[in-house]
Amino acid sequence: MNKFNLMMATALAAGLAAGAAVAQEKVRIAFIDPLSGPFATTGTQGLAIYRHSVKELVNEPGALLDGQAEFEMVPFDNKISAKESLIQLQVAMDQGIRIIAQGASSGVANALTEAVAKHNRRNPDDPVIFLNHSAVDPALTNDKCQFWHFRFDANADIKMDALTDDIAANPDIKKVYVIGQDYSFGKAVAAAAQRFLKEKRPDIEIVGNELHPIGKVKDFTPYARKIVGSGADAVITGNWGGDMVGLGKAVMGAGFDKPIYTYYGATSGITAAFGEEGDGIVKLVGAGQVNPAPTPEAQEFIEAFYVSFPDLDFGQPQMANVAPMLAAAINEVGNATDIKAIAYALEGMEYDSIVTGKTVMRESDHQAIQTVTVQGQTPEAAFEYDKSGRGMVAETVVELASNDAPTTCEMKRP
Amino acid sequence: MALFLVNVLDGFVTGLLLFMLCSGLTLIFSMMGVLNFAHASFYMLGAYFAYQISLVTGFWAGLLIAPLIVGVIGALIERYGLRRVHKYGHVPELIFTFGLALLIEETVQFFWGKSQLPFSEPAALDFAAFAIAGNAFPAYKVFMIAVAMGIFLTLLYILTKTRIGMTIQAALSYPETVQNLGHNVPLVFMCVFGVGTAMAGLAGVIAGPVLGVFPGMALQLGSIVFVTIVIGGLGSLWGALVASLIIGWLQTFATAYDITAEQVLTAIGFTKPELIWDHPLQDLWTLTLPQLGPILPYLLMIIVLVLRPQGLMGNRES
Repeated sequence: MNKFNLMMATALAAGLAAGAAVAQEKVRIAFIDPLSGPFATTGTQGLAIYRHSVKELVNEPGALLDGQAEFEMVPFDNKISAKESLIQLQVAMDQGIRIIAQGASSGVANALTEAVAKHNRRNPDDPVIFLNHSAVDPALTNDKCQFWHFRFDANADIKMDALTDDIAANPDIKKVYVIGQDYSFGKAVAAAAQRFLKEKRPDIEIVGNELHPIGKVKDFTPYARKIVGSGADAVITGNWGGDMVGLGKAVMGAGFDKPIYTYYGATSGITAAFGEEGDGIVKLVGAGQVNPAPTPEAQEFIEAFYVSFPDLDFGQPQMANVAPMLAAAINEVGNATDIKAIAYALEGMEYDSIVTGKTVMRESDHQAIQTVTVQGQTPEAAFEYDKSGRGMVAETVVELASNDAPTTCEMKRP
Repeated sequence: MALFLVNVLDGFVTGLLLFMLCSGLTLIFSMMGVLNFAHASFYMLGAYFAYQISLVTGFWAGLLIAPLIVGVIGALIERYGLRRVHKYGHVPELIFTFGLALLIEETVQFFWGKSQLPFSEPAALDFAAFAIAGNAFPAYKVFMIAVAMGIFLTLLYILTKTRIGMTIQAALSYPETVQNLGHNVPLVFMCVFGVGTAMAGLAGVIAGPVLGVFPGMALQLGSIVFVTIVIGGLGSLWGALVASLIIGWLQTFATAYDITAEQVLTAIGFTKPELIWDHPLQDLWTLTLPQLGPILPYLLMIIVLVLRPQGLMGNRES
């Protein structure tokens, strides 16, 4: 009898102890991006950056609600389809998750931001917040802006602003060829390139401005011939994935040895595919920088990333800002359940990022204003991409890039 | 004029590459009546195997060994897969090869991942052979032309001038008679399938450094290969060559010249509407030839099918 009581007491005590351990609140973030199919690398890399920043910048230092709570990433595979994403959004909401993160493809982001806005209109007491870490269609923070959407990446216009600063500062560039994929993003890049170049260097002639079918071109050689034939001093392209590799290799193979300005001309196998040929030629514009690490904390942070994820690249620095900025907003509110208050706390937040410098979530349109860099491919990079022995090193650094850029956003606040 | 010449050469290379793929496919079709949907997947396998081998031994060993491995795999698939399905008719065969294509794509992603692989041309050929008005023509493309021409001539010789070729051609029309004469027709079929897939593999090896090695490479070429053999005439080697070259040039020249619909329409006598951005015919007016390029082969296929259903050089009545 006594023995039985003792056993019961022990079991009870063990149960209580276990209960205390899980009592630490889990704040779940739904990560909706492609984790299978041809764009899986993008999603996998993004998830790794999130997991790393959640662990290093929030959970381990106990930075969320004084260590009372932790972030937990819950991945959902959207196969880069807008339709699939809406289903996954519903699944995530059914599981009680109210924080949604997505970034690969502006098409998906456009669908999600509409769905989130609609949900929040119908359920004003139970809203959902949408953290966009890399979809760069300018419309998302202009005509289509809404209160519950926050963009942490620099949008296509901001990137073009920094990119054209770099071109404007180079007196050798007199002719520019703009080429891109034939869809909304490719067109946005082309329009922005024309606008900024006209403004900053009216003497530059745009000798080519064309769109090619997206993902359909087998051989870019004829385009490369046109580019070389036009006498261009620089190429600007928003191409990504296979279209970036194909275009880059064909243009360099045709004997073009001048700068190729890209949005996505690195990592995910692209740097390795360009190899030695791309050194000094391939440029990339992006938020923040990896090389050289901008702060000692960043150096440590990125080193630890490569230890945890040796097969992946630290490709999109701004993604590491989402978790700590969200944590700061939650800390300000004091709980992780009042999504509306969290959104208000995030709005206008200033944050000292280890990778993107001083970062401001602009109140007027929920566009993060941060350091944007133009980087060049070189073998002298401390953190390499694709284990290729080469990486991207910042050449032009613009702090608080496009801080004064106008927005057409007319935000309606709840 | 200089640019024209460069485009002629580029189109020639594209066409020959296409031919290396189509020759195997059309050969297999003429022998076995099988439309092999997995043909482009063997092309992809060739590129991936060559990449893997090149990590150890360099490019040249990969060029020789990878097509051999692909050929053996192809022969085994014919022997133990396709031949069993064959007796149930053509539809199960089609479904079999279709499933095979999906299987190969998934397998490749399983082993090599989804990213582009850094497969580049050998250092010995990594220079510009010559330049026309500032446009470099890589030595590697000269090499591609040489390999493709070599294959065409060898195939032509074997098929028309040797005993093996005669047996193959006879087995094509009268398999029972050839069998009765003591030839091992199933073995001939297996060899043709093996050689056909090996050639697809070889095409993959030499195309890999130029067009990139990634899991979508089979899909990218899959449909155009069928278009080519339909235009050329199913089963005709010469037809495959002619159609490949036509498509190679068609695509290259369509991309190279920025002829716009606006120029054409104004030349015919139409006037461009003032407010083009709100006009219902906006898409028509802003169309350019490079945008049309990718659909031209399909357009050509439809025209050929209407005017000459057996293809340019095909001689089949049915």
